[in-house]
Amino acid sequence: MILSIVHRATGVALYFGTLLLAWWLIAAASGPSAYSYVQGFMASFLGRLIVFGYTWALLHHLLSGIRHFVWDLGYGFKPNERETLTWGALIGGISLTVLVWIVAYAVGGGR
Amino acid sequence: MSNARAKSMRTPLGRVRNLGAAHSGTGDFWRQRLTAVAMTLLIVPVVVVVIMLLGRNQAGAAQILGSIPIAVIMLLFVIASCWHMKIGMQVVIEDYVHNEPLKLIAIMANNFFSVTVALASIYALIKLSTGV
Repeated sequence: MILSIVHRATGVALYFGTLLLAWWLIAAASGPSAYSYVQGFMASFLGRLIVFGYTWALLHHLLSGIRHFVWDLGYGFKPNERETLTWGALIGGISLTVLVWIVAYAVGGGR
Repeated sequence: MSNARAKSMRTPLGRVRNLGAAHSGTGDFWRQRLTAVAMTLLIVPVVVVVIMLLGRNQAGAAQILGSIPIAVIMLLFVIASCWHMKIGMQVVIEDYVHNEPLKLIAIMANNFFSVTVALASIYALIKLSTGV
């Protein structure tokens, strides 16, 4: 039940988080000084916290959205099925976020 | 069936338009799902692109983002996400904002914000590809 509002809340967070993506693309197109400024911000503690939150919101919203696809197609309405989908989205979102960050550190940290 | 049609309260014009009580049809409902499926397909390539860019300087990032397949992936993702978020935020506004003038202002601001974010990102990606 509570996951329904979390889907909406992560959606609203991602709405404003899109500014990060736009800022980063604009900086890459603008030049080295603008890009290094963005990199400096993203590498700061606050920046990392925001990007980590963004990653979780994105992946949770994705999995929670897949849950909605299942319902749109007319499946998964039994109580136990709803529980499985909900816990799957919650645990899957957190697990994927940690996995993406491990891969990101393993790949990006080497450069 | 023809009997049921005859008893319907809907006018023939209303049936042809098929827009329902909201007068806007199911266009947004469909596009919300269309863009959601698009992003579900694009999420893995987009995450791979972002990870490829980590730790690189501007020249390296610009070179990667300027390659045609990556630019197309990013353009599709930007268009799908901005469209999706515009529809989603409109639903949120319509659910929680009941003051009519405020609601109209919020919906307008939502449109302006979404279009601006989309256009700025698209412009940046095209600039990266053309190297201007």
